[in-house]
Parts: sequence; C-alpha cells; structure tokens
Amino acid sequence: MSAPLLEISRLAVELGGRGSVAQILDDVSISVPAGSITGVVGESGCGKSTLLRAILGILPRQARTPRGRILFEGRDILPDRAAQARGRIGFVPQDPYLSLNPVFRAGDQILEIMRRHAPGTRTQHKARLIELLRAVQLPEPEAALGKYPHQFSGGQRQRLLIAAALSCEPSLIVADEPTTALDVTTQREILGLLRELTRARGLSMLFVTHDFGVLASLCDQVAVLYAGRVAETGPTRQVLDAPAHPYTRMLLACHPDRAVELAGIPGTVPPATAQPSGCRFHPRCPVSRPSCAEAPPPMLPLPGGRAVACPYHAEHLESALG
Amino acid sequence: MAAIGLFIVLFALVVAIFAPWIAPFPDDAFESHIMQRLRPPSAEFPFGTDNLGRDLLSRVILGTRSAILVAVSVVLAAMLIGVPIGLAAGWRDGWMSEGLMRVTDVFLAVPQLILALALGQLLAPGIGTAMVALALTYWPFFARTVFAETRRLRGSLFVDALAGIGAHPIRILLLHVLPNAAPAVLVRATIGMGFTILTAAILGFLGVGAAPPTPDWGLAVAEARQHLPEAWWFATFPGLAIMLLVLGFNLLGDGLRDAADPRLRRSRE
Repeated sequence: MSAPLLEISRLAVELGGRGSVAQILDDVSISVPAGSITGVVGESGCGKSTLLRAILGILPRQARTPRGRILFEGRDILPDRAAQARGRIGFVPQDPYLSLNPVFRAGDQILEIMRRHAPGTRTQHKARLIELLRAVQLPEPEAALGKYPHQFSGGQRQRLLIAAALSCEPSLIVADEPTTALDVTTQREILGLLRELTRARGLSMLFVTHDFGVLASLCDQVAVLYAGRVAETGPTRQVLDAPAHPYTRMLLACHPDRAVELAGIPGTVPPATAQPSGCRFHPRCPVSRPSCAEAPPPMLPLPGGRAVACPYHAEHLESALG
Repeated sequence: MAAIGLFIVLFALVVAIFAPWIAPFPDDAFESHIMQRLRPPSAEFPFGTDNLGRDLLSRVILGTRSAILVAVSVVLAAMLIGVPIGLAAGWRDGWMSEGLMRVTDVFLAVPQLILALALGQLLAPGIGTAMVALALTYWPFFARTVFAETRRLRGSLFVDALAGIGAHPIRILLLHVLPNAAPAVLVRATIGMGFTILTAAILGFLGVGAAPPTPDWGLAVAEARQHLPEAWWFATFPGLAIMLLVLGFNLLGDGLRDAADPRLRRSRE
C-alpha cells in the first residue's frame, strides 16, 4: 500500500478555560489510505466531530493549540488554520440546515468556494456545478442554483452539500454523520450516492458515524474512538466480526441486530474534564486489572493490519464476554 | 391590511416630503391671523382654523413632516446604538457580553415617558431632548433582536467555515450574520416608527416635546383642549393624523412580520 493520503498522528486537542481543561482528543493516530473509505465510530462526545474540525481547521475558539500532526498529501496542515491545501478536502456536514447561509442563494455560496479553490472562470464553474448537481441527482439543477437554502428539503440540501464538497475536485472527503438528520430511505440513497461518487472518482473518505450498520456497508477500515482515544483499528469486517478491545465487544453487544439479549455498558462516558488515568475504559471494563489504571495502554499491532489499545485482548477473547 | 398600512405610510411620506408645496398656507407655520381665529371647516379652511387663526390643514400637513423626521431620526439613532451592541454581545461569551446585555436590560426597564419627562426637566424641554430620550429607550429592542440572531448563527457551520478561511469577525458579522437579522430589525424599526410618533405626540401634548409655534400634532391637541367642545375641529384633525399614521406603521409592521416569518412563508409556497 502506498503512503496514506491523510495521516493523523498523535493528535491531541484540549478545550481550556481557567481551571478546567477538557481533553477532547488524546494521542489519536488514524490514517486514510488513498482510494479507500475509513470510518470513525464512537459514542456521542467521544471526540469524533472535534477530530474532523481539527482536519478542517475550524476548531472552536476555546481550543488550545493542538499537538500532533495531520499530514495531508504529505504536508502538515494542522498548524495553519487557513491552509490552502484544505481546498482539496471536501466536507459533508452532519446538519444540512445551517451549513448554508439562509440569506444567500445556494448556487452563489458554492460558486464562492469554487472561486477560491478551483481553477477556471465563473462560467466554467457554473457548468461544472450543474454537472455535479446532476451527478448527485438533484432535480432541476439549473433552477437549483438560484434557490435559497430553505427552498430545498433535507435530503436535497444534503445532496447540494455533497455537490459542494465535490466542487473543488478534492482528493479527500470528510463526512460528519451526513445521514443522521435524514429519514431511513433518504439515508440509504445518500449513502449509496457517497459510495458511488467516491469509488467512481477514486476519492478517499473519512466517515464519522455512530451507526455500525452504516459503517459495515460503507467503510473499508474503521477506527473505534472511546473518550478521545483510539481503542481499536482495523479492516471493518474483521473488527466487526471479531472485536478485540473490550469496549468494541461491549458496544457491538448493544446493537439490537446482533444482540441475543440486549446488554448495556455499565457506567457512563467520563466527562472530558475528568478523564480517568491509564486506560480510559478501565472503570467500566469488566476485565480490568489494577495495572490498567496506571498508564495508557499502547496500540498493539495484531495480524491482518489491525491494532488494539488493550494488552489483555487475547485473554478475554476466550473470557465470558464473548 | 398590510397594503392599507403601506398606503398610509407612503401617503404620509409624500405629504412629509412635499409639505411646504402642498400646504395651502405654508406661512401659517409661524404667522398668526388673530382676526380669523377658530373658524369652523369651510371651503377656504377645510380643517378650520386654530386659536391663532392659522389654517389647520396646513399645520397638519407641516406636522407630518416633523413627525416623520422625528420618528426616522429616533429609530435610526436607536439602530446605530442597538445593532452593534447586539452583534458584539452575541458573538462572544464572557463578562463583556454579559455586561452589555445587562445594561440593555436596565435600559429596557426604564419607562419611556418618565425618562423623557425627567430629561426635559434636567435639560431644556424641547423636541431635541425628547428625541434623545426616545432613542435612549428604544435601542434595547434592536440590541436584543440582533443578539438573539447572532447567538443562533455563531455556532453554525457557515460561520465556522468563514472563520476557517480566515475571515475577520467584523466581516462575518456585518456581511453574513447581520443580513439574517435584517428582516427582524426591519419589523422592529417599522413598529418603532409608529411607537415613536405616538410618544412624541404625547410629549408634545405634555409640553416637553415640540415647542410653539412649531406645527406639531401633539401640541395642537394640547392647545385645542381649552376650546373644546365648541371648536371640535381643532383637536379632531391633528388627533386623526396621529391615529392614522400610527395605525399605518403598525399595520405595515405586522404585515412585514408575517412576510419575514419563515414558517408562514414556507406554508404559503
């Protein structure tokens, strides 16, 4: 495999006020190989959206200077908020509602992005955008350019934003749960569309979700986040079929399609201002040992290109958990 | 209804702009003709004459100009204070934002008439003082309207994206956030116009607004009091003018609010 298109290494993001510092991301390393779809899965508040915001350079104002590196096409884009290289990253947001300014025409807003990041004249941009709107199956592409955002339905707006993400010929798409605001039928269509478009154009995608079903149907490999750290990475099918980290195992056991008897994970996700020491999952882990509270576990490589942040993964493969 | 309001307001604007040319006796703003005082409405004086023999129609027409001038200046001044405060307070959290909004609340709690009366006593009573008092009590409405819209939009993705490519906060606020608040501000301003005209008339009536011999509706009603009920026309026509114009602005404001409300707009499409 060639060098990854996007390589996040040892990324740490803290939101800080006086007195309380929230560790949103800590020592996160994820890579997206060229031409593949990587999923990031985790509960609400585990840092998924912050990860994307760090890639896009739109971390909230309260964020302290992030540590680590985000290599995109060989360049570190993390230190530079307005890095021009980000023009080659397309973003599909979670909530299509306030992603476009309600008082400007949808077409003008997308053409404005293209003016900044794509070569060519306005006429060329317009032609290309209409072509893209046709590719995302938005009805009446020419008329759509002159409409205001509120004149589209939720699904149409999401299609519009996918077209916007593709408008500057990106090599990478990052998507933040782009289907959660939509109903199930539209969800299917949008996912199918994303898959087709990325495959057809040879794009890579980083796809954030909390839905294992979406993950299984879309992503080539996956990274499981828990409380701002990576618990486990690997090819999607293998991680889902034989999860190695206790958190992944328990999380999958919660899925109604898989569970014989619906289980839960005792306890709650720790607040980001008071992360437990050592392994962040140890207070909730049924197989934790005293040593788990001492130091954060390193990522251990497993066969098949997998890695897991639990030194005891082999032992409880046979334990009562499974 | 909104069309009626728009018609009244446009009519008043035309009258205000061309007042000196429309009024049959434009000099009656200052001159008095004591020999023809308190004449009932007739062909020569359609609205009758006042206690100093001046043509009431001319005084009502000239009064339109001063009423609208006062209303426009007060609302503009209130916007100039309120809108920047709302934007600044909505954009950031922290003690400054809190402080600005609490000051806004304090001004919102000050009764308009009482402040105007107090300022009139402290400074020279006159239309200038009344306008200052009105502007000082009306800006919090703009500040709160703009504050709410800024708060709603500052976390939205398009604002983040603008900040991400390095746009200056002032540019984001003025070019991208403020246009979203424009409909609400416009509605506020329209209703504020009617409100200001009414309050300015009350102040004129109480003697702390316009001073004689300025043609002012409130002042005219006050002077007419002593001649009621015999000279009924003296109080009626300036009073009607106040009522009509305030009604016009309120109808227009209501209509604009309906048009600006996205929920109503969507259901109509």
